[in-house]
Amino acid sequence: MELSVVISYFPRLLDGAWVTLQLVILSIVLGAIFALPIALARISSSPFVRVFPFLYIFFFRGTPLLVQIFLVYYGASQFEVVKESVFWPILREPFWCAIIAFTLNTSAYTAEIFRGAIQAIPVGEVEACKVVGMTRFQMYRRVLLPRAFGIVLPAYGNEIILMLKGSALASTITLLDLTGMARTIIARTYTPIEIFMAAGVIYLVISMVVIAIFKQVEKRQNRYLGPIVIKVPEKG
Amino acid sequence: MIDLHGFGNQLLQGAVITVELAFASLIVGLILGLLGASAKLSSIKALQWIANAYTTIIRGIPELLTVLIIYFGATSVLMSVASLFGYEEYIEIGPFVAGVTALGLTFGAYATEVFRGALQSIPKGQHEAAVALGMGNVRKFYRIILPQVWRMALPGLGNLFLVLLKDTALVSVVGLDDIMRKASIAVSSTKEPFLFYSAAACMYLILTIISMVAVHYMEKKASRGIKRT
Repeated sequence: MELSVVISYFPRLLDGAWVTLQLVILSIVLGAIFALPIALARISSSPFVRVFPFLYIFFFRGTPLLVQIFLVYYGASQFEVVKESVFWPILREPFWCAIIAFTLNTSAYTAEIFRGAIQAIPVGEVEACKVVGMTRFQMYRRVLLPRAFGIVLPAYGNEIILMLKGSALASTITLLDLTGMARTIIARTYTPIEIFMAAGVIYLVISMVVIAIFKQVEKRQNRYLGPIVIKVPEKG
Repeated sequence: MIDLHGFGNQLLQGAVITVELAFASLIVGLILGLLGASAKLSSIKALQWIANAYTTIIRGIPELLTVLIIYFGATSVLMSVASLFGYEEYIEIGPFVAGVTALGLTFGAYATEVFRGALQSIPKGQHEAAVALGMGNVRKFYRIILPQVWRMALPGLGNLFLVLLKDTALVSVVGLDDIMRKASIAVSSTKEPFLFYSAAACMYLILTIISMVAVHYMEKKASRGIKRT
């Protein structure tokens, strides 16, 4: 083990970690924005509306993230139409391709989490809203969504950790995220164990920070419950 | 009809490798999971500590990084260990072995938690009843504990297997000829990335559907003695 290699290349690993963080934060935020309408469509009472989110979720949860990234990054360039369109400057950049693939992927998982949370709210509360005379929109804004937010937190924290780990795949489309940076350094220094271990430690630290933040938010959001713990089924 | 330019056969061969990799990792992972759960529930502090470190580290770092560490790192570790015993030849780990090790370790870490929950949900009275009937530890495990753990752990393990199946794609990065790499090879000679990666996606979807159906039947069979509440 040569720790001097780790020390001299540590700033570059941190540069990689910054790219990883940008990827995760952007795709998590965009993913959550897309996930809400998908989740609401998924629990619609009309089977025609329900089938589209079902297929979307099934595709993105049933195929590897690596395939999805390759489909966006390499697949889009197969079509001349795409190459001539206004989107090409975006689809040419590996960073934005990674963001697109991660966002689509995480929105499918997040939509399922949101759906589970909305459906976990007791029917009595929905009935109570109707009795009070709230409109559908008011009911969602005032009762269902804030309640769902509290229920969703543990599972959503898990999803962010999964996204953090999934972001390592960005290194396969030439991005210099934490894993990509580690591979570049190793190609020069031939010290795979030391550098990969250092990268692993940085990933561990990031996920521990995420877990700690979520514990605090959960405590705050569910403070009206007292010491009761809400159990959300773990997702696969 | 979709024209795969004669690469259809290659993709199917890749699918066979993917399935082999998934099942080999599943077996390694199940063994590691049972060992990990037993270690976490044992009264020996050192074992608990090792199991906790194992699950925390493996679950906190990306699967891709695990694959890369094992593939590139295990060679030098193995060689330095072998040199202690006076073996100086070059040792190389193939992508398949590295993949099974990395994915097995990952599956094992998550399965540890699933098995721990299942083991803990067996009432103490059943342990006492088994001992009262004169069963030894091994017999108690096979006759009383394992069948129930199996039933309770199956839904969780089924989910983990679906995750494992998708993670096999990562091993293509270190050069295993699975579905992904066969697709990439086809792409480099035909210049039709969308077609071949879509075909790969479809194959993973089919494998996912087959596994879901299989897990469903296994769950039904495992809980045939239980009334639905």
